[in-house]
Amino acid sequence: MTTTIHAPRAHHGEGTGSAAPDWRRRKKSPYPSWFYLPAALIYGVLFLVPTFASFYFSLTRWTIFDSHFIGFDNFVNFFREPALVSGLTHTLVYAVVTSGLKVVLGLLLAVLLTSQIVGRGYLRSVVFFPVLVSTIGVGLTFTVLMNPEKGLINESLGMIGIQGPGWLTDPDFALLSVALVDVWKGVGLATLIFIAGIVSIPQEYFEAAKVDGASDTASFFKIVLPLARPATVTVVILSLIGGLRSFDLIWAMTRGGPGFTSDVIASVIYKQYQAGFYGLSTAGNVILFVVVTAIILPLYWFLSRKEVEL
Amino acid sequence: MSAVPVVARRRPRRNYWLSAVAILLSIVVFVIPFAFIVLTAVKDRQQASLLDFSWPDNFQIVQNFVDVVKARDYMLIIAFINSTILTVASVAIMVVLAAMVAYVLQRRKSRWNVLVNFLVLSGLIIPPAVVPTIWVLEKLGLFRTMPGLILVEVAFGISFAILLFRAFIATIPRELDEAAIIDGASPLRLFFRVIFPLLRSVAITVIVVQSVTVFNDFVNPLYFLPGDQNATVQLTLYNFSSQFTSQYNLLFMNILLITIPPLVMFLFFNRRIVAGLTSGAIKG
Repeated sequence: MTTTIHAPRAHHGEGTGSAAPDWRRRKKSPYPSWFYLPAALIYGVLFLVPTFASFYFSLTRWTIFDSHFIGFDNFVNFFREPALVSGLTHTLVYAVVTSGLKVVLGLLLAVLLTSQIVGRGYLRSVVFFPVLVSTIGVGLTFTVLMNPEKGLINESLGMIGIQGPGWLTDPDFALLSVALVDVWKGVGLATLIFIAGIVSIPQEYFEAAKVDGASDTASFFKIVLPLARPATVTVVILSLIGGLRSFDLIWAMTRGGPGFTSDVIASVIYKQYQAGFYGLSTAGNVILFVVVTAIILPLYWFLSRKEVEL
Repeated sequence: MSAVPVVARRRPRRNYWLSAVAILLSIVVFVIPFAFIVLTAVKDRQQASLLDFSWPDNFQIVQNFVDVVKARDYMLIIAFINSTILTVASVAIMVVLAAMVAYVLQRRKSRWNVLVNFLVLSGLIIPPAVVPTIWVLEKLGLFRTMPGLILVEVAFGISFAILLFRAFIATIPRELDEAAIIDGASPLRLFFRVIFPLLRSVAITVIVVQSVTVFNDFVNPLYFLPGDQNATVQLTLYNFSSQFTSQYNLLFMNILLITIPPLVMFLFFNRRIVAGLTSGAIKG
């Protein structure tokens, strides 16, 4: 409405006084750069400065008030201490397991939830809702459900004659149990992204494939999978970033235990901070930064390049 | 097996067998944990400590509610007030500042764009450096204060908000700006009177998604706002969990109470949330 009214006037204005607006536009853009300023100030001071400062402080012995340069000692300590190195491997395992499961389960659920089944709206809601629930709440609930003797999960398994493991108390299971809960909470988001990807595929492709006599398996692998690729890239990247940085669920469920068997870099950072080793904690932060960028950037480049080739 | 639904999608006939399995599985996997929270929250102390999935012998809804609210000098009330202040303030700042950045970023082609885009993506990917942030806050006198935490939430959440706004602003025709400029609108007027009102739908999405994120945030309050008197609901819940090891009914009442705000958001804004979270999916 407004555009139709103003459009002729706009033409008129440009026609008569083209020199004046041009001069004004050069001097003062209608899109002033200072619009960046407030956001840049907050972001710069509270995100960029700490990020750059972390590179320096990771090389120091540090109480908040004064720091003493010690070179790479913090990193050497980090990699000498088996408990801390295992945190690094656990982070990678956790990220790969959660990300992989979210992709596979999310894709299957999305295919299911875009099909003609009864109760589709209910199913979508119920799969998605855990995404919005407090991570601490979910963690505490599942800690109770996974209780080895009295927990609902092992009681139910017991009824069908299976002796369930001590999900969070057995060193072999603790990290994977937390990862499973992470998948339970996060698979709804992956499903949602895949649904958006699948819905955007033109229906004609499926009809054409059917006319050509393609089997359902073939149309899944030849149509859905390649054309939902941007969605897959998004899910992989998002869940890897989330998995590598994950802290609150692990902290709510095991606090890195039993022993150090479910410690990840983020929980090491917190433990060292609590213990007052600020330099070592910051070194952990730098290592996390390196791990995240070393994984995400090449992966993103690789995945989006392949997309072009298709 | 995975391809079965693809068939169903093209056939008018609904797949009842698959539907039944899906609904049954969804109840076991997703509904029962929530039912467990609700049932345990209304049980009495002894029955709750059994940790089993059973119907409450006697309902203690009011009693448990009062107990959990009264615990530790009405800590939960204080926490709810703190969380509300934190969420409202940080999301309000985030929405206005992110819209301003996204608007100039989308409209004006300059050499700054590359840098700004890079910084926005960095904000999404890079894990924040914790102790150095405390150091900066300490220097500014904002450590252990609510304003400090609010600004931290803005700094860490603004990237996502900028992405959502930028995608939406690209769909607003430039002719609108030009018309307003010819009419003599100043840049501020143009943005706040002409453009900003048009961003209503995406702004709601940003508000809902970021409110849920900030309200559920545990890590940042843990680091930047320690101490009992200004705890947020997530911190309070975490502290309760070590204090109430023998009172599972109160613990689960607490979980239930802090699940209500996201639930309300979900019931009212389901579509907006979905729109916001999937906006990146098609283009990657």
